Amino acid sequence: MKLLLKGGNVINPLNKSITIQDILIADGKVTAIGRELAASLDLDLSRSTGGTDLEGRHLACPKPVFFNNEETSKDACPTISVINAKGKYVVPGLIDMHVHLREPGFEEKETIATGTQAAARGGFTSIVCMPNTEPPADNQAVISFIQQVAQKTGMVNVFPVGTITQGRAGKELSEMASLAAQGVVAFSDDGAPVVNAKLMRHAMEYAKMLNLPVISHCEEPALAAAGVMHEGFTSTMLGLPGIPAAAEEVMVARDIILANLTGCHLHIAHVSTAGSVELVRAAKKKGIKVTCEVTPHHFTLTDEAVSSYNSQTKVNPPLRSKADVIALQAGLKDDTIDVIATDHAPHTQEEKELEFELAPFGMVGLETAVSLVWTKLVIPGILTSCEAVAKMTVNPARILNLKKGSIEIGADADITIIDPELTYVVKPEEFASKGRNTPFSGWSLKSLPVATIVGGKVKWIKT
Amino acid sequence: MGLKKKHLLDMQSIAPEEIKLILDTASSMKEILFRSIKKVPTLRGRTIANVFYEPSTRTRVSFELAAKYLSADCINVSVAASSVVKGESLVDTARTLKAMGADVIVLRHPYSGAPYHLAKLVSACVINAGDGMHEHPTQALLDLFTVQEAKGELKALKIAIIGDILHSRVARSNIWGFTKMGATVRICGPTTMIPVAIERTGIRLYTKMEEALDGVDVVMMLRLQLERQQQGLFPSIREYIRLYGLDRQRLALAKPDALVMHPGPLNRGVEITSSVADSAQAVINTQVTNGVAVRMALLYLLAGRFAGGQE
Repeated sequence: MKLLLKGGNVINPLNKSITIQDILIADGKVTAIGRELAASLDLDLSRSTGGTDLEGRHLACPKPVFFNNEETSKDACPTISVINAKGKYVVPGLIDMHVHLREPGFEEKETIATGTQAAARGGFTSIVCMPNTEPPADNQAVISFIQQVAQKTGMVNVFPVGTITQGRAGKELSEMASLAAQGVVAFSDDGAPVVNAKLMRHAMEYAKMLNLPVISHCEEPALAAAGVMHEGFTSTMLGLPGIPAAAEEVMVARDIILANLTGCHLHIAHVSTAGSVELVRAAKKKGIKVTCEVTPHHFTLTDEAVSSYNSQTKVNPPLRSKADVIALQAGLKDDTIDVIATDHAPHTQEEKELEFELAPFGMVGLETAVSLVWTKLVIPGILTSCEAVAKMTVNPARILNLKKGSIEIGADADITIIDPELTYVVKPEEFASKGRNTPFSGWSLKSLPVATIVGGKVKWIKT
Repeated sequence: MGLKKKHLLDMQSIAPEEIKLILDTASSMKEILFRSIKKVPTLRGRTIANVFYEPSTRTRVSFELAAKYLSADCINVSVAASSVVKGESLVDTARTLKAMGADVIVLRHPYSGAPYHLAKLVSACVINAGDGMHEHPTQALLDLFTVQEAKGELKALKIAIIGDILHSRVARSNIWGFTKMGATVRICGPTTMIPVAIERTGIRLYTKMEEALDGVDVVMMLRLQLERQQQGLFPSIREYIRLYGLDRQRLALAKPDALVMHPGPLNRGVEITSSVADSAQAVINTQVTNGVAVRMALLYLLAGRFAGGQE
């Protein structure tokens, strides 16, 4: 079974190039890249598909798939399927390195099946799932369970993260080497910062020995206290307890100092403040091994979005000030921020219907990420499409040592096709995710993933 | 002219002319309070539900009396806030109240923003009787009424609000209320209890009580929640009193005819000495009386116009 992606604008984030190319996929790998591949490879499409040329509408597929009113045919063909990608971006399969799949333990919020469907619909071919499940992913059995369920029910590649400490309790280290042997790609107690600096030091020393990064959710709990939103004028007026920017920055600073001490690769999850960006920028200048990510909601929204007490805007770290949003965008531009990740955090409708202070933190992100990246970063000229794609492909792949994130001959055929011209209105009821908790409901956004190919198989195509 | 919205959720979004309308209406209502038969038939057949998720005597009784003097039927629903945490959601309570068909719901809730949540879910008019640290608009209205009654006009007055501003819904509502009516509001308290960026409301910020009191027309003291000490917000009651307690000497810094106000309940000997609280300058009991008149005015303006929440 072969797949030909024809005439797309192929983005290579490694050399920052966009070229019109055909891509041929066979046996789950990219086997050829070039112009007019059909001709040069002497693919006898006319014979194999029953009598017409590629441009024609009469390929012999019994069920041609119409792709944006242009001819496309897929799996139904006996020997080769063709996706016409003309006018669309063909990019390495997107990687989301911060996802909460909720299984095991919170299947009412999301399952590995629904979460990976949401990923496919959002253009992600690989996702990294955080270990705050129940039981937490602090041992080989849970990691193995996630891998097996993902194998059986997952639509995309799932790479689990193991906990830093047992039960994410911040008291004793998890069996990190065993977790590494089971295939975790990083360690994190995401959502529960490791408060004890000595334990964090040892975690970093140990992770360095295993050559895996530590992902830190930076939040000093005593400073964040009972806060539910960014501490600023809006929280003062709403009478909601605030989380100061300092709550994040204090721990970003601490962890950078510990990364310098230990030589461990520190990846800071969801930076949200100007101060954090500045700390990471300075650390990178000094040569400290630190990387970081930002979420689409943090580079898009400010704390003013909370003004109507809409619990869909409740997220941790909280939506920050305008100045923070501008600093995050600048950090993306100058590569202080390496990665765009969603922190996809599904919750049930019942939970989000509670009073603002009682509703859980978190919003879903897999199915709006690409559109927000284009609408808020690429179209306004903050990032080029190449730069944006790098932050969702090669960069996370490099951080996590994944052999993913680029389109080259012999590579896994994980490919995403994005239509930059499509405009649509966000309708949470259409999400594949169980979580409908998004603050972007009703927003009109531009550009959308239209096909997601994982290991050479079309996992999702917009019809 | 009537109120623009069918709910009273905050002072932040209310217009000065609406405040004026409420205060004018309250004047007429106050007259009823001094009749021998304190009852008018205005709201006969209307139902007011007092839904209190926090213990409160003063505010609940005030609303209850206001409803009864206007001949409305009044029911009191007390919900332990803990049952909210146990899963009995405000959404369910709202649905129940809607099914019962109350015309006005008066909500007191420990979480900021809860009245907005309720207003979206019911057809009744919603009056915020205090939500978390957010606002307590009827308290501000009765304070405005009390000051206007004593001073004739609100414009150009200087008001000092002193104490734990951070946790005070009374302070937030009064900042909006007095500022909108043309008064100057001074805020004073320890820096640990001053909310971030409060200056952006147009107030003047002080940390020295003597400076805040200098030449003011009104001194409004806030209740100190004694448990704030454990949160590290002030070192001891003794030091708090030394810095922010209102006594005779300090009161002398204000104008000679300055009013002393307190939303109650008082911590006598903490934020205010008994000698000041019981002095001729104190209008603390008048505030309570005026509270009934102001709430009558609101119920009249809302329930009189919106039966079952419909105009």
